[in-house]
Amino acid sequence: MSSLYDVIPPAPPKGVPTRRTTMNVNGTSQTMEVEPRLLLADALRQALGLTGTHKGCDTSNCGACTVLFDGRPAKSCTMLAVQADGHNVETVEGLANASELHPIQEGFKQEHGLQCGYCTPGMMMTAKALLERNPNPTEDEVRWALSGNLCRCTGYQNIVKSVLWAANKMREQDQEA
Amino acid sequence: MYPSRFDYDAPSTLEEAIAILDQGGGEAKVMAGGQSLIPMLRLRFASPERVVDINGIPDLEYHRIDPDGTLRIGALCRHEDLELSTIIGDTFPTLAGAAHLVSDPIIRTRGTFVGSLCHADPQGDWSATMIALGGKIIVQGPNGRREIEAKDFVLGPFVSALAFNEIAVEAIVPPAKGKALGGYLKLERRVGDFATASVAVALDMDGDTVTRAGCAMAGVGGRTIDANEAISVLQGKTLSSENIDSAAAAVAAASDPRTDHRGSADYKRHIVETFVKRVLVSVAKSEKKEAVA
Amino acid sequence: MAPLDELKIGGMGASRRRVEDNRFIRGKGNYVDDIVLPAMLHMQILRSPVAHAKIKSIDTSAAWEVPGVRLVLTGETMAARNLAWMPTLSYDTQAVLATDKVRFQGQEVAAVIADDPYIAQDACDKIVVEYEQLPAIVNPIQAQKADAPLIRDDKENQATNKIFDWEIGDKTATDQAFADADVVSKLDLHYPRSHPSPLENCGSIADYDRATGKLTVYMTSQAPHIVRAAVAMVAELPEHMVRIVSPDLGGGFGNKVPIYPGYVVSILASILTERPVKWIESNSENLISTGFGRDVYLEGELALRKDGKILGMRMKTISDHGAFYADAQPTKFKIGLMHSTFACYDIPTAHLVSEGFYTNKAPGGVAYRCSFRVTEAMFFQERMVHAAANDLGMDQAEFRKVNLVGDDMFPYRTAFGFLTDSGQYQKCLDVGLKAIGYDTFKQEQEEARKRGKLLGIGISTMTEPLGAGNSREYDIIGIKMFDSAELRVHMTGKALLRTGAKSQGQGHETTWSQIVAHELGIPADDIVVEEGDTDSAPFGMGTYASRSTPVAGAAVAMVSRKIRAKARKIAAHLLEVSEEDIEWELGRFYVRGNEERGVTIQDCALAAYSNIPDGLEPGLENTAYYDPPNLTWPFAAYLCKVEVDAESGVWDVLNFVAVDDCGVRINPMIVEGQVMGGLTEAYAMANMQYITFDEEGNCIGANYMDYLLPTAWETPGFELHEVVTPCPHHPIGAKGVGECATVAGPAAFVNAVMSAIEHTGVRNVDMPLMPNRVYEALKTGKDVSGMPPVLSD
Repeated sequence: MSSLYDVIPPAPPKGVPTRRTTMNVNGTSQTMEVEPRLLLADALRQALGLTGTHKGCDTSNCGACTVLFDGRPAKSCTMLAVQADGHNVETVEGLANASELHPIQEGFKQEHGLQCGYCTPGMMMTAKALLERNPNPTEDEVRWALSGNLCRCTGYQNIVKSVLWAANKMREQDQEA
Repeated sequence: MYPSRFDYDAPSTLEEAIAILDQGGGEAKVMAGGQSLIPMLRLRFASPERVVDINGIPDLEYHRIDPDGTLRIGALCRHEDLELSTIIGDTFPTLAGAAHLVSDPIIRTRGTFVGSLCHADPQGDWSATMIALGGKIIVQGPNGRREIEAKDFVLGPFVSALAFNEIAVEAIVPPAKGKALGGYLKLERRVGDFATASVAVALDMDGDTVTRAGCAMAGVGGRTIDANEAISVLQGKTLSSENIDSAAAAVAAASDPRTDHRGSADYKRHIVETFVKRVLVSVAKSEKKEAVA
Repeated sequence: MAPLDELKIGGMGASRRRVEDNRFIRGKGNYVDDIVLPAMLHMQILRSPVAHAKIKSIDTSAAWEVPGVRLVLTGETMAARNLAWMPTLSYDTQAVLATDKVRFQGQEVAAVIADDPYIAQDACDKIVVEYEQLPAIVNPIQAQKADAPLIRDDKENQATNKIFDWEIGDKTATDQAFADADVVSKLDLHYPRSHPSPLENCGSIADYDRATGKLTVYMTSQAPHIVRAAVAMVAELPEHMVRIVSPDLGGGFGNKVPIYPGYVVSILASILTERPVKWIESNSENLISTGFGRDVYLEGELALRKDGKILGMRMKTISDHGAFYADAQPTKFKIGLMHSTFACYDIPTAHLVSEGFYTNKAPGGVAYRCSFRVTEAMFFQERMVHAAANDLGMDQAEFRKVNLVGDDMFPYRTAFGFLTDSGQYQKCLDVGLKAIGYDTFKQEQEEARKRGKLLGIGISTMTEPLGAGNSREYDIIGIKMFDSAELRVHMTGKALLRTGAKSQGQGHETTWSQIVAHELGIPADDIVVEEGDTDSAPFGMGTYASRSTPVAGAAVAMVSRKIRAKARKIAAHLLEVSEEDIEWELGRFYVRGNEERGVTIQDCALAAYSNIPDGLEPGLENTAYYDPPNLTWPFAAYLCKVEVDAESGVWDVLNFVAVDDCGVRINPMIVEGQVMGGLTEAYAMANMQYITFDEEGNCIGANYMDYLLPTAWETPGFELHEVVTPCPHHPIGAKGVGECATVAGPAAFVNAVMSAIEHTGVRNVDMPLMPNRVYEALKTGKDVSGMPPVLSD
């Protein structure tokens, strides 16, 4: 076999201008040198190893890469990493603490709100922003809020139930507190 | 899909941003929400040498109503700010009607009203809304500010009246002459789809008489279509069913759609007519209700 | 001693919460793009911008100059290593990187390997390709024309664009049935090109280790073992030195069955650079170049007796396979299992003629959530039945009842020779009719019409063949379609199960354990499931065509039974009685007549490693290969109620009732999830999800702005019901279910819309039923056929 395959000389690497960027990700300050063109999704995935933020499409339609940017859901494939300088980013990895799942995570498991799991982090982040703004949404309000996130497996019905399950649990927790 | 290389600046004042644009000689691109620009960078439909990010410039997020009723929308006011706004629902129903139909809910958290006007997409919802409302755009360049009527702002598909060294800093919607009524209807096949056809209708009413009628359309021509003249047949009239029909027909005649995979030209024209009627009928109904109450 | 409660240990019938969710909800799934290997390089592919052209020259010199570029590959480089072409799963060849011509828009032309994907993309943009454009063929009608350009001029003995002629059934008897008919009902349909479009696109990381000679490829594959065999053959690498790992998959739906050029190029790139090479395609690339579904013209006729009895069926299909015949389907059947059409109806005779053609479009013809063209077969069937009932002036439900195979007729031999095994078709339909309020619908429809509202109701009933093989009839490139399971019970009674299937979201890690729990009484939580690594998993054909539960699931039951048989011997030894005196209850052996005296399966497991009877091999591990005696035949009755807005053609689903009989349900929660997901894809296809091409072969639908997938907002809610008829030949009585909804669903939506508008005289609107098409049909009373028009400027 080896006779078929010759060795290729590597091309010389060359430095390109980068920008020092500091963002707070899931409560931790992170500093990195990034090219301006680096997408926020790629920075999270490659520079920080936070691979729970998924990349699905090229046209900002699918929402698999949704994170919370200063508390609001944003498609991290449609932001530059440099834009996060001085801002807060929350990813799926920040939902649970060491011992406990977030009620939204529990809801997705209890109500079978996921199958392949690819859209799930984005769905959950969008749901988190919704429930923070509207703790007691109707089914239609949940469907509306999630309409920037695509899912190919579940048919959404169980995702909606999952979010409502979480809303209920969070309200109960609030009453206890 | 990854953007080409570009230089990046995040100025903290408008003056600084304009100076950078001015030096850039047309090769720099302003980024506000970035929700149209970044997809274009990723698909490499756009490859500017420099991106000027204005998100760090303070005090541009606002939307507010002046004491005289003028609505002012800053360059960094996001679509979602308008969707969730508690002040525009009654006063600017056409705008409120369009706010939740722009793209999808996540894009709306980042994308800006003014940026969307500058993008000049023929299917853009806000350009149509602004033209129907008779709005203006304030732009700032090295030599200060100037005002451009919304109807003159969009020059063609993805071409606005902005000079390379200008930034659109504010959109202005004049107060209604009387009571503001109207609506925005859009035929989209799913959330986030571009309009097959959409109409923005804005009426100022004095009692049951129309004091000003505005209308514009998206998706039914090579650019946003100004139908203010077409709908002006309602000026000084009541919303009788005959008047509604003739206004809807006039607007439909002003549309210039073409056949594509979203539908035939005839179909789109028909949708325009249907939607204009629907808005006008619902306005007429709400007027009646109010009169009874 | 109280017997174990099977539901409590997560056995069959438990809606056990999914094990895999624990990592997915934490963002800790492990998809191909999440894997990072030391010194990994990144690959991007340059694709053809045109549909049909001669390649006059390719200049890569500027690409080599881009800093960070390690390798540039073209068809020429591939050809020098005999890798410019590769075999497809349908005994055709497909270009890996184009050498002579490009044959569809988006075809792979060159590849750049660089330090990061951004740089690779920069360099791709610098490759200059000179094309001499040729006329493009964008449908099989054009492909048949005498003066049509020859697409596959690379093949010897390929004088035209036709790929195959195929037929099945009894022509003479069918002709006679038509001669005897009181009424002949005809319908011509087009099933538009669609794309499975899993949210995760395809990709691979090839990692060739020159020191050991071992090639490991992490890739998005629903069938890793088939890939291993193919890679060994194509790349001439010894099969034991090829390891394919398919990690978590972000959906598949048939899209991740074929072997794509990108995989092959990444493998060569790793061999050449001696570094791991990652290739992750973009969504646009996935849509424009990888396996599509459908794209078939369907023409049919039914011979009918006045009382509603179907006497015979004739069907012709003309299918569009794109530039390379790369359908993933059993060898014997050129148009998949199209001849499963009408399997739920008792009809005496039928005849099917099929023709397949090359066009200048992406290859594929994958089983998109479908058991090999069954989706087209059942759509045709239920649209044809709808039209026939109307032609006879009969009620839709009544017409179906006259013709459905009765409960007492099983096993039933269909007109095309399939043997259906079991079912309660009438009962399923009745459950559905009742749930949707069918009795009062006619009145409701008339009253609504008076108010200017258009209501419609659509029915779709079907049985479909799921779970290929048996191996006598079903193979893919010669590999027989059985499947496998390996079970290792450790000494503490915990277990590891591996199968040759590959979950893409179906939840195998959860359900396979439930089968073992059912067979052995080991709690499901004590069993871990692994799939997708060809170095550890037993050989299997993978997951598609709803074959996991029918085949691999059966293998899981069978291997559990082998373990139980051995454990019985150990139990006899422990209890000091002869094996014949041992009885089994869930999780425990006991001495007949003395129930108190027993040992648990866990006791037996410990003994298998610590206290073996003489003459018995130690350990408690085994493997089973399952060759199913037949396909399984689930049944579905779907009913849909819609309202059509006469002014715009927009239609809304008011109610959707789904009655599924998939035999015994291992995990009802997961079954329902599968049904709802499938119904959503059905809704999408009926409404908006299609790919079309303009006259020049430009793909309209190569991104999510044009290829419309429904969101949570448009997608209707679904009301689910179940009927259970166990499969008589499956070890646990289960049948496939993953695709029933995608297969039978579209006709329910379309029939409902037709029911709302057919008073105008219109007989058919082809999918997608976009508002403009429905409006046109309503306004003109005429059929709307074929793909939507596209801009040609």
